[in-house]
Order: sequence, then structure tokens, then C-alpha cells
Amino acid sequence: MSTHDMAKPDTAEPVAGGVEPMVRAENVHKSFGAAHILKGIDLEVAPREVCCLIGPSGSGKSTFLRCINHLEQINAGRLWVDGDLVGYRQRGDRLHELRDREVAAKRRDIGMVFQRFNLFPHMTAIENVMEGPVQVKREAKAAARERAAALLERVGLADKAGSYPSQLSGGQQQRVAIARALAMEPKLMLFDEPTSALDPELVGDVLDVMRGLAEDGMTMIVVTHEMGFAREVGDSLVFMDDGVVVESGHPRQVLGDPQHERTRTFLSKVL
Amino acid sequence: MSDTTAGRTPEGTAGPAEPPPGSPYEAIRAIPVRHYGRWIAAVVVVAALALLAYGFSQGKIIWGTVGDKLFDHTVMTGVWHTVLISVCAMAMGLVLGVLFAVMRLSKNPVTGAVSWLYIWFFRGTPVYVQLLMWFNLSLIFHTINLGPIYKNDTVAVMTPFVAALLGLGLNEGAYMAEIVRAGIQSVDEGQTEASHALGMTGAQTMRRIVLPQAMRVIIPPTGNEFINMLKTSSLVSVVQYSELLRATSDIGISSNAIMEMYFVASLWYLVLTSVFSVGQYYLERRYARGSLRSLPLTPWQKVRANLTTLRRPKVA
Repeated sequence: MSTHDMAKPDTAEPVAGGVEPMVRAENVHKSFGAAHILKGIDLEVAPREVCCLIGPSGSGKSTFLRCINHLEQINAGRLWVDGDLVGYRQRGDRLHELRDREVAAKRRDIGMVFQRFNLFPHMTAIENVMEGPVQVKREAKAAARERAAALLERVGLADKAGSYPSQLSGGQQQRVAIARALAMEPKLMLFDEPTSALDPELVGDVLDVMRGLAEDGMTMIVVTHEMGFAREVGDSLVFMDDGVVVESGHPRQVLGDPQHERTRTFLSKVL
Repeated sequence: MSDTTAGRTPEGTAGPAEPPPGSPYEAIRAIPVRHYGRWIAAVVVVAALALLAYGFSQGKIIWGTVGDKLFDHTVMTGVWHTVLISVCAMAMGLVLGVLFAVMRLSKNPVTGAVSWLYIWFFRGTPVYVQLLMWFNLSLIFHTINLGPIYKNDTVAVMTPFVAALLGLGLNEGAYMAEIVRAGIQSVDEGQTEASHALGMTGAQTMRRIVLPQAMRVIIPPTGNEFINMLKTSSLVSVVQYSELLRATSDIGISSNAIMEMYFVASLWYLVLTSVFSVGQYYLERRYARGSLRSLPLTPWQKVRANLTTLRRPKVA
């Protein structure tokens, strides 16, 4: 990652100069009515990179994350995922909005994990994981069930396949939610404060699953307050405040030697 | 247990307040409060019921007729017609309800306004008046002409059944639209977001994620609507449809047993509403999946559980 004027010497092995970034944001703005939430975000995330977004609440981290899979529509700027504009098609110098069906197709490749899990309460854990492949990719049920079982095993919940979300703890629900997103075999995973709604003793299990994903080379953008996770697993760290990127770089550098006053103030409160 | 035995053999009785072994406390065995008011109220109510029963026994009621006519062929046809028109009108109401609820919630202002108008008209006028209007439609339109598709005389199309179905079904659709809308709006927005994030389209999200969850909110009032429908269907006797009320009152008039036949009708309405109340219970249970940690036992399961607990002492 990094704002684009920055070199990226310490991003994991692969990406040499010419590789297309997985996510590229240029001067992204977003307002809700009169509230100007994002005020020109520039950001690049390379394939296989784990990018952690931190910042005070209301700084626009979650909004930016939701713009990446077009749950929110941006008002200005450009946003690309894997080389494609998010939500629009460019013909000449005009932008054309994508149809709902086209937006949905783009979202297949982007997994998202929510702060409040948002599992489907009327389906069992394994049905939650199968839903995307069966309904969206038209996969055969038997094959989808087999893969879903394997994914539940991967997140350590093989024995909970038949449980409804209401029968699971928060940490277990969040791991099912991760399995549900992985079932679509995404190129990019977005995590929106995945551990913020969890009891402290359940946070570790979820972070372990995310660490495993990062080791397997998944491209991840993680909005988080877990500085330990950001330091150990993150390839890059972005500090946002009041709708702009204040500072970004390698996590150890940003956390250890913040350059901006606002970063220092924030870190002194959370570390 | 009585106080006399309790004092003597505390270890032998299985009192609910048996002190745990080694506890320094004795279980409390106090004299309960006497609720004299409850006794008085019970006596008054029983006396009133007895008076009511006596009154009926003195009325000029030929109870034999009630029994004779209960399974009369014409009455049974009436019961069948009542069920048929209620189920058909309810099905129509459900389909229209979902349709107009979705129209009402859509971003298209035209469909939203049309849905509002539909609900405003059909909920705002009495169903009795609507039935009469459908039945008399031929007075203003002699033929129904759908261009190349269909053309016929209105009188031929507007049979009693069709008039009854349109009257009840369209009216029900307006009520169901509001019930379905409330159900859809009760589903958390995070569900739609999660579904969209998986790449599901709006229609898939509605069908697979939102509606199944909305059902939990939709079903209880819909059950009430259906039970209401079974009773409201008695109004369609006005359009000459021979449902239960019309069948029984026709017999009552010709055999001079008017009240007796109303009793027959009431008995059948009670049977029908009771049967469908049971059905509603099981339907609600079906859609409670996932919202409760464990489903409540059905009455039948409760009976079986009680049987096994009764048997257990023999086994042990």
C-alpha cells in the first residue's frame, strides 16, 4: 500500500514496479447530505498486501471501506478494484453508472466482513456459507456443501455446521461470516472492525483466522482498533482523520515514529 | 403435602423446598394466604353461567334440528364453499399484498403512489360495498373487452364466485400490503448489505434473505387476517354465493328453524377457525427457526414428553 508518492520497499516479496494495484483510490470524496465524510482519499493497495486502516471514529474509515464494494456511491474522484472502475464504466470521457446486476457481479470478487457479523439468522452456519456459491455462482448444492464444510473447518467451526447464528457466540459468528465471504473465493477481503463487537476473550480466535488468511496471501483491507494485529500482520498502516489520510507507511514505522501531531495524539490514546 | 406428615418425615417427602444436605436452614413451611376474594368471584361466575344455561334450556330451541342438519349435504357444501372462497381470497390477498408492499417500498415514485392509492381505496371503503359494486359491475360495463385477448359479457364473467373473490381478495390485498411492508421493514439493513456484499441481486436478496425473515413478523397478523376472512366470507351471501351462512339460513327459512340453523353455522365457523388456529401455530413455529435458541415443544411433543416422564419411574 501507501499513498502513491511513497515507495514500498517492505511490502511482502512479489510486487515489482509495474504490477497493477488491487485497489486504487484517487481523490475520493463522499458526502451524506451536508456531511462531508471523505475529503479526497488517495490510496493504493497491492495484491497480497494487508492494509490496516486506523483512526478515530467518524474519520471515514468504514465509509471508505464501503465505497470499495460500492455499498456507498462516491461523489467525486475515482476508485478502481483490480483495474476496473467501481460502480461505473468509462466511455470516452463520460461515466456511465453500472446496472444493479453488473454491480452485483463485481461484488462477487470482494468479500466483506462486518462489525455486527450480519449472518443470515434463518440459516444454519453451513447454509450461510453455501448461500453465495449456490445462489450467486449457481454451484451445485452438494459441491458447495463440501466446500462450505471445509471452510468451516478452516475457521475452526467444523462441529457448528448445523447451528443457527443465535446459538453461536460472537466470535464463532464472526468466523462463520469470514467463511461465508471466503466461499465466494474473493480476490480482496474487506474487514469493517471485525472484532469491535466481540468480548475481549473471543477476539483472539477471529484475529488468528485473519492472520492465517494473510499468510495465505489474501489481499486484505482491515479497519481495526487492534494495533497489535496491525503491527504484526499488516504490510501497511493508514491513519485517517476527518476524512483524509493523515499518514501512512509501514506499521512499525507509523506506530513507532508517527510524523504528524494528529497521529501522535490518536496513538497516545489507544496504545 | 399436609403439615402433619411434613413435620414427621421430612426426608421422605419430595417437597419442592427440600433443603440441600448439610444446609443449616430448614425449608419454610408457612400457612398460605387465603384468597377469599377468588372464591367469591368463582361462585358468582359459576352462578351466572348456570343461569345462562337454564335460560337456554327454557328457550324454544329444537336441539334435534341442530344435530340433524349439522352434516346436511347443503350445509356441507356451504362449509366447503366458505373454505374455498376464504383460501382463494386469502391467496389473492397475499400475492397482491407482497406486490403492493414491494411497489410501495420501491424507489419508483409512480409505483409508490399507485400502491398508496390502492391501499387508500380498498382499505377505506367497506368490503360490503366493494362486493356489491363488483356484483353490479354489469350495470355500467356491459362487456369486458381486453382488446384482442379477451371479450365477454360482464354478466357471464361476474359469477357470484368471481364477484366474491374480487371483493374479498382485493380488500384483503390492501391489508396484507401493510402487513408485508411492516415485515420487510422489520428486517435489519445489515442483512441486505451482507447479501449485496456476497454479490446477490436485489431480487435474490428479497427472495432469499429479506422475505424469509420478514415472514416471522408477517405470519401472526396474517393468521388473524385469515381467521377474520373465514368470518368475513359470510358477507358474500349478498352476492348470491352459497357459502355457509347462505346455505344454513336458506334451510332455516324453509324449515322454520332459523335460530337452530344459525347455531349450526356458528358451530362450523368455530370448527374452521379452531382448525386454522392450530395450523397458524405450526406455521409460526416453522418460521421461528434461528430466532429462538430452541424451538418450543408442539402440544403433541409435550404430550409425548409427559408420557415418557410418567413411564420413567417404572423403568428406573
